Amino acid sequence: MKRALLVFLVLAIFPLAMQAIDAMFYVSLASRILIYAIAATSLNLVLGYGGLVSFGHAAFFGAGAFVVGILAVEGVPSAWIAWPAAVAVAALAALVIGAMSLRTRGVYFIMITLAFAQMIYYIFVSLKTYGGDDGLSMPGRSTVGLGVNLRNDLVWYYVVLALLAAVLYGMHRLVHSRFGRVIDAIRENEARAEAIGFPVYRYKLLCFVISGAVAGLAGALIANQGSYVSPSLLHWIQSGTLMIMVILGGVGTLWGGLIGATVLLALEHLIADYRIGWIASLAPNYQDHAGLAVGIVLLTIVMLAPQGLAGLFARPKEK
Amino acid sequence: MLELRGVSKRFGGVVATDDVTLDVVRGEVHALIGPNGAGKTTLIGQISGVLPTDMGRIVFNGADVTRLTTHARVRAGLARSYQVTSIFRRFSVLDNLALAVQARSGSSFSLWHPLHTEHALFHEAAAIAADIGLAGKMNTVAATLAHGEQRALEVGLALATRPQLVLLDEPMAGMGPQESARMIALIEKMRAQVTVLLVEHDMDAVFRLADRISVLVNGRLIATGAPQAIRADPAVRKAYLGEELAA
Repeated sequence: MKRALLVFLVLAIFPLAMQAIDAMFYVSLASRILIYAIAATSLNLVLGYGGLVSFGHAAFFGAGAFVVGILAVEGVPSAWIAWPAAVAVAALAALVIGAMSLRTRGVYFIMITLAFAQMIYYIFVSLKTYGGDDGLSMPGRSTVGLGVNLRNDLVWYYVVLALLAAVLYGMHRLVHSRFGRVIDAIRENEARAEAIGFPVYRYKLLCFVISGAVAGLAGALIANQGSYVSPSLLHWIQSGTLMIMVILGGVGTLWGGLIGATVLLALEHLIADYRIGWIASLAPNYQDHAGLAVGIVLLTIVMLAPQGLAGLFARPKEK
Repeated sequence: MLELRGVSKRFGGVVATDDVTLDVVRGEVHALIGPNGAGKTTLIGQISGVLPTDMGRIVFNGADVTRLTTHARVRAGLARSYQVTSIFRRFSVLDNLALAVQARSGSSFSLWHPLHTEHALFHEAAAIAADIGLAGKMNTVAATLAHGEQRALEVGLALATRPQLVLLDEPMAGMGPQESARMIALIEKMRAQVTVLLVEHDMDAVFRLADRISVLVNGRLIATGAPQAIRADPAVRKAYLGEELAA
């Protein structure tokens, strides 16, 4: 609890510090990171706690983004309508995709979630009315009224931060509830969970739907971040990126999504924007291949911290 | 209480259980014996709903449960333990049992309320831990228990669902004499509350515990009766028991 307060205190002070040194760019980068943290946290719920390796989480993330984008273009900029709609559509997509794919296991589950997500990707790429390949530009960020202007990057940051806090708190409650215990048990020994009387499929499906809904919220936010919705949000590479964040941060840990998103996105930014002399003298154009450099750093981290970075901070388990 | 009527199961061309008709009466300990590969575990799988039944009917407390899912049968009062220990290895003994208690008490689609405040669950789990002789090991992680203790927990998980009929699939598998004696005592104790269908290779245990014995050979039921009758049955002696009983 103390640790959570400390983390959020730092996150709350951060933009004020950036404003003081006139580096508002970092506030924008930080809100992007926090949005990805929500998305990665949602994936961690099914992947880490549920043990369900969903390789199609971009579908829910992207669906949430497109709902907000399409509503904005169609003249419905209100966050009070668009964001719940994004969450609902993502939850519905998760219900349909989950209902079918949760009947399979292991590699088949990975492949079928991937296939569904790619189908949705191609649907949106071919939807020329809403941008197709080029993506969809929104007139601006969602409106909330109440004198709050989301176009202000500082305000925007705090809205995102508040939502991240809500998501993490909700996840904390969920993991320690009856439902969370059942999810834990299913990951541990699915056959036995069924044999002591739990309708396992229903629990997995609800877990998948909750995760999809939260990913949809993250999608609604990422659409607002740049007032632009790219179909690449739906692409399998996006699913892979979220998965890397989870693995990097810590599978099945509360903070794994936030840590993973922070490290990965900050790293990408650092490598692309800061030229390191001694590396450049060896490979002058290394920054054009930032992906390779990021990959090497990630590989090192994963080798040194196989439990994910959250594992490095973990207190010894009280038993 | 449990009626099997012509229950059969094949795996490809192999007949695992063949037209089994069997009654388990409320309050008895009914042993199911037979040589390896006779189809005992398959039959347990069919009764518990883990394996679909190809032909025949399974009736429990007057209701046809042949097509019910496993979890629905558990809710109806029909639980099982496994031959190969199947417990929640990373959970403590108490958490294992509390989970099974949780499965039958109230909805577990509760997403918000902290589980650890539900003292009733853990009190009941602690009582079951005492029943199965693990009172001193409640906070031990299941994976680190000794083999006999894991087997006791395996049975405890089935009991924690408060079944009317419990299917015990070789509860004494891999046990030494001392551990077996403890398991026999446990089954003696539970028979007051619950009907037992016991699959077991340990003949001493079977003849000490069973009110009636059924013999399964090559998927077919060749005899059912009181222990003395089974001991004397020439077909059973020929097919299975052999010298073991003659001695």
